Amino acid sequence: MIDLDKWQEIFSSLSRHKLRTILTALSVWWGIFMLVILLGFGKGLQNSATRNFSNDAENVLYIWADQTSVPYKGLPAGRFIGYTSPDLEAIKGLEGTKRTSARFNMSGNYFIAYKNKSLAYRVQCVPPEHYYIENPILTSGRFLNQTDMDLRRKVVVMGEAVREELFKEDEDPLGEYLEIKGIKFQIVGVFTEGKKRETERVYLPLSTAQRIDGTEDVHTMIVDMGKANYEEAMVIEESVRQELSTRLKIAPNDRQAIGIHNDAENFKEISLVMTFLNIFIWFVGIGSIIAGVIGVSNIMLIIVKERTKEIGVRKALGATPNSIISMIVQESVFLTSIAGYLGLACGMGVIFAIQKVMEINEAELEFFHNPEVDIKLVLVALLILIISGAVAGLIPAIQAARINPVTAMKS
Amino acid sequence: MISLQNIRKSYHTDYNSLEVLKGIDLTINQGEFVSIMGSSGSGKSTLLNILGLLDEFDSGEYLLNDAAMDNLSQKQAAMYRNQLLGFVFQSFNLLNFKTAMENVALPLYYQKVDRKKRQALALDYLDRVGLKEWAHHLPTQLSGGQQQRVAIARSLITSPKVILADEPTGALDSKTSHDVMEIFKEVNREGITMIIVTHEEDIAKMTNRIIYLKDGLIEKEETGTISQT
Repeated sequence: MIDLDKWQEIFSSLSRHKLRTILTALSVWWGIFMLVILLGFGKGLQNSATRNFSNDAENVLYIWADQTSVPYKGLPAGRFIGYTSPDLEAIKGLEGTKRTSARFNMSGNYFIAYKNKSLAYRVQCVPPEHYYIENPILTSGRFLNQTDMDLRRKVVVMGEAVREELFKEDEDPLGEYLEIKGIKFQIVGVFTEGKKRETERVYLPLSTAQRIDGTEDVHTMIVDMGKANYEEAMVIEESVRQELSTRLKIAPNDRQAIGIHNDAENFKEISLVMTFLNIFIWFVGIGSIIAGVIGVSNIMLIIVKERTKEIGVRKALGATPNSIISMIVQESVFLTSIAGYLGLACGMGVIFAIQKVMEINEAELEFFHNPEVDIKLVLVALLILIISGAVAGLIPAIQAARINPVTAMKS
Repeated sequence: MISLQNIRKSYHTDYNSLEVLKGIDLTINQGEFVSIMGSSGSGKSTLLNILGLLDEFDSGEYLLNDAAMDNLSQKQAAMYRNQLLGFVFQSFNLLNFKTAMENVALPLYYQKVDRKKRQALALDYLDRVGLKEWAHHLPTQLSGGQQQRVAIARSLITSPKVILADEPTGALDSKTSHDVMEIFKEVNREGITMIIVTHEEDIAKMTNRIIYLKDGLIEKEETGTISQT
């Protein structure tokens, strides 16, 4: 039911008290505007953090070989250890390891050559499972597969940066051959990644490279722990350590021989920072809402006080208490809704403008990415403001509607 | 029209209570033009407020238009005020942010009369008090006498049975006061009961019945100069 008359009353009353209308509107507008900006920036920080970590598998152990520091079973301290493919197989069988990968670096100096050009980019020799560790995006062809591994095929997957250096834009590199260490490898795929410098490399099948060097060695072993949480990741790390210690005759208390980098520790730190950031954003956000609520409540109180005489006159002329209360509450709700909506729109406008500017300038900030706002959250905040404005108006309105019109008119 | 029997009213504070009306018996017939006189503190304003349902009485009986006015809810009181009564105050009590016409039309808003219709009626009534030209002025742009005439138009617009005026000429000079009284007489000739509270003898003399109040009781009654119609 739309009571046009009532709205006309509300409009005329608001438009004839410009200062108090503007003050009320401003406090609501500011509260919502700040909240939107704050949430947007918070989200931007968060997005950048998750972006930096989401490309690679999150729960990964990197295992490298070092020197023993404790003599054990007749073997002296200071012995260099090294891993081989059977060690990798053994780790693959441990509980909690989702999949494993490894890196092998061929010995000697060699370049990646094509026709008359040659590059000194990295040559990484990995098993096909490595795909899940780095998550490269294949722009053409395929990644290494199990058949390449089993048959020790001479194939290569190259990064986008390598393709750019060696091939023209319209050339199809698939099927061409790169020469590494005097051996021709057929190109089967081209990949790209989030950061360009990570595509300055080529991948060879681990088994092929081992055959070329005549060895079973692997240099780095990588364990993907899937969705293991921090505690589980620590347990897996320990079981890997034990398994390798036994296999390589390393003292169980030797913390130096087996080097392990556990991503879970990193991830834990980042999540901690994010949690604090979130708490901070909520703290400030709720603060600004409370400030808005107090502002609206205060102004409503003053408005009702100021209008006591008017209320008395209206009552003398036949206004019922309910009509007085609903008049004040409707005015308040109307004002806070409009002001809140404008605050929301302005805040979103600023956020979008920032997004656009970043897009146009292709600004890639390490710590700030894709600011966005959870509309639902902001609407809830707006609703809180509107309700508090209504309640703030309601309480003094009820009191004002109750006082005897004679007393009200005298004030 | 109005019948009061043994109306009593006291005001209480935390420490003491003051009995303002100590048993008023009064009957006012339809079409009468009555003035209530008395020194300040005699209870004349309180009596008028009780008659106007703006204040409650403690005990006694009040019949307005044959209906008992005790234990009214705020809503009922508002309805009676709106339909049977019109008010004129010493300080005019116009809403400053509304034009003369909007002020006059306001009581009809609470009768849910259509906007166009109530504005047209408001113009009619402003015309009756000679202020049609001033319809779109704000009260602050009007003289005291003009403001009081706007207030009178506002009290008349609902065609009330009774008009209650509390010191209607208290803030006006004697020339304007007489103009206002002329309008009241004219209204009264149409059969509307007029009750005014005043402390000015010459104003009271212009009514047809003067009730003197002293210390919360009716002291005496006199007949004024105009004859009853």
